[in-house]
Amino acid sequence: MEFFKYTRTFNFMGRSKGAMAFSIAILLASYVLLFTKGLNYGVDFAGGTVVQVKYDTVAPIDKMRDSFKGNDIFNGASISEFGSPEEVIIRMKTSSGNVTTDVGDITREALKGSGNFEIRRVDIVGPKVGNELKEKGIMSLVLAAIGILIYVAFRFEWRFAVASIVALVHDISIALGAITLVGLDVNLDVLAALLTILGYSLNDTIIVFDRIREGVIKGRSRDLADTINESVTRTLARTTLTSLTTFFVVFTLFMFGGEIIHAFAFTLLVGVVVGTYSSIFVASPILLWFGFSVKNYHNKLAQKEQRNTEKQRMRDQYDSGVV
Amino acid sequence: MKLNYRIVIFALAIAFGVFFSIPSLLQTEEGKKVTLGLDLQGGLHMLLGVKTEEAVSSRMKSMAASVKHFAGRNDILIDGLAFNEKNVQFEVLDSDDILTIDEFLKDFEGINISKDSLVISISLTPAEILKTQKESVSQAIETIRNRLDQFGLSEPVVARQGDEKILVELAGIKTQEEEQRARELISRAAKLELMAVDEDRNARVYNMSEADAAEYGDIILNDVKNPSIKYLVHEIPVLDGGMLTDASMGFDENNRPLINFKLNAEGAEIFGDFTGRSVGKRLAVVLDGKVYSAPNINERIGGGSGQISGNYTVMEAKDLSIALRSGALLAPIYLMEKRSVGPSLGADSIKASLVALIGGFILVIIFMVFYYRLAGVIANIALIANLLILLAVMSLFGATLTLPGMAGIVLTVGMAVDANVIISERIRELIYEGKSMHKAIEEGYANAMRAILDANITTLIASVVLYAYGTGAIKGFAITMSIGILASMLTAILGTHGIYEMLENRIVKSKNNRLWFGIKG
Repeated sequence: MEFFKYTRTFNFMGRSKGAMAFSIAILLASYVLLFTKGLNYGVDFAGGTVVQVKYDTVAPIDKMRDSFKGNDIFNGASISEFGSPEEVIIRMKTSSGNVTTDVGDITREALKGSGNFEIRRVDIVGPKVGNELKEKGIMSLVLAAIGILIYVAFRFEWRFAVASIVALVHDISIALGAITLVGLDVNLDVLAALLTILGYSLNDTIIVFDRIREGVIKGRSRDLADTINESVTRTLARTTLTSLTTFFVVFTLFMFGGEIIHAFAFTLLVGVVVGTYSSIFVASPILLWFGFSVKNYHNKLAQKEQRNTEKQRMRDQYDSGVV
Repeated sequence: MKLNYRIVIFALAIAFGVFFSIPSLLQTEEGKKVTLGLDLQGGLHMLLGVKTEEAVSSRMKSMAASVKHFAGRNDILIDGLAFNEKNVQFEVLDSDDILTIDEFLKDFEGINISKDSLVISISLTPAEILKTQKESVSQAIETIRNRLDQFGLSEPVVARQGDEKILVELAGIKTQEEEQRARELISRAAKLELMAVDEDRNARVYNMSEADAAEYGDIILNDVKNPSIKYLVHEIPVLDGGMLTDASMGFDENNRPLINFKLNAEGAEIFGDFTGRSVGKRLAVVLDGKVYSAPNINERIGGGSGQISGNYTVMEAKDLSIALRSGALLAPIYLMEKRSVGPSLGADSIKASLVALIGGFILVIIFMVFYYRLAGVIANIALIANLLILLAVMSLFGATLTLPGMAGIVLTVGMAVDANVIISERIRELIYEGKSMHKAIEEGYANAMRAILDANITTLIASVVLYAYGTGAIKGFAITMSIGILASMLTAILGTHGIYEMLENRIVKSKNNRLWFGIKG
């Protein structure tokens, strides 16, 4: 079976302006969301307590609220359904340093009499740890981006590196925008998903770039736009296929992976779609706009080649004792 | 069919994968298995902080106790003995005794002594303070480990994290109540002090404030059973739990649980001296700042053993004796982070992620065969080999499989076939260009290689950063992703290449590109 046959080259670059307008619009929407509604940091980063409770019957949320009344610890606590009507999650801003009796124990005591329940999960993150995790999280995103930038610059050319980073920023921003839109709690798992998007989107971009590089080196055409169009077209089948298989598994994870993995899977789902789009419509046009010149690249390659042959000649002469 | 080095390596890799993943897959008795993370098997993960500054002030307290004991034993009159978190101060009334005191203080290491005529002030050197703080963390780790070893859970993890943090991980906890009991045992200071009741002023204790008591060098403590009962005791204890050698649970004449303790030689001597001097007075047995009992001293008690009676259950008495036996915490600990997952949630997570894994796996396998025909079958063989090797490596190194780790495996399934997609697309292209089958395969691999390497290395960079900066369960994700990527290089690139090489003659002979690569023509 085949999706695409290389009978004709699609003119992707001709449509890049429209794509760019689309990207900018979505980016703007994402940033507006990020700055107005803002990210909803979960306990991992904001600190606080999360208690997951499962009842035998439908969770008596009103009764639970009543039993929380009058205790300062539960000020601002929110109760919401978690996956099924029997199961709820209680989010609190408070955490406590007491090892023996923590917020989870207090919650358990308070809920006694509200029905037959089981406490399935208690996460408590103190403010110090929350800040540390936040710093580490941002550091990991930045470090990963820098590491990748250096690698791509080393393997390709600096414009390729910058273009791939722009595509990354594009993908991560839109993913964050989507998270904000849906109001997901941003926890460590979402961070892991963002880092995966980083790797995945880059993967896609690099496959396309590799083709462009190959096209530039071998290609007859001196026009970069043509080369890009041809390269993107030739990798289109692969891009679609891999995106599809990845999308399949992430989608099953999203559907059947359980409530706990939901935020992770959702972030990835958005990332796979955006990452695929960006490698074609964001990363490649930027290469074009940054004035990557096929001619210069050829000259550079030729010079490099010349230097190498020169070196080789010198070495040969040296070896044969001429010098 | 011909053998080649690639297919041999691939076969060896599969053999390795099968052999080492069997213990985990079939859950055999022997062999190394993948450890399930606490989020999958249920358990308690805690990050504890240590209030190291309190270790310093408790050193000053025991310093003061030593001075008091020494002065009493040698009939040296001192006045105004007091301590705070920085220093111990007292006045020697007779200048002739200064020399004896100096001699005595010489034995202590890491202290600064300053004198203002007859007033002596002792403080710790900065280096000693640092040492004390460090030791208090090490001691806390040691103590918590001792306590947990006796608690009866399998393989508790107690480890230092950073300078002042302690990581505690307990698997196999069934209920919240059991968990709380474990936490109680961990955090219990278990500081035993024997303190003299200030009989001269105790009668007025109910009319005294903390400040009033401090004026006499006393403190007010509550009774453990009935907090409205108060005792006025000398702040500097007669002796403390540091001189304890053993503690065990026993029963009193009414068959109520109590705790028997034994003191070391020095403690026994101090205890004997004190009881000899204080007949008719009361001695308060104070544990963690609460008075458990305050018996009358009827005679000098030698031998250095005693009892702590209280109104506890057998379970409490047992835990308390464990805590006393493994020593007091020099500095109190506090909770910085806690993740507790019940066993039922863990089981649910395993079920859900397995469904996702198997579902995703089947979808990908069907899709690949549908799209690439036999090339898809070959890619699927590589994919299965990849999963086996991933599991084998994890079992071999005893890596921990967490819920995000499961997600990493699911993602590996989606991304591992990517290499084969790239290769197959390249081969198809070359076939279209009219290249011979042999050339198409060889050049297809050669052309695809660079792209696959670059793509995998960048993903690997992201995974490694995630591993270095991730915590707990997230590390599990980085581990499975990294191993999955590395294994895919072996299976998807080398392995499938070997298979093609082996089958090349057949492919060429068959002339059926549709069957082999799913293309027309």
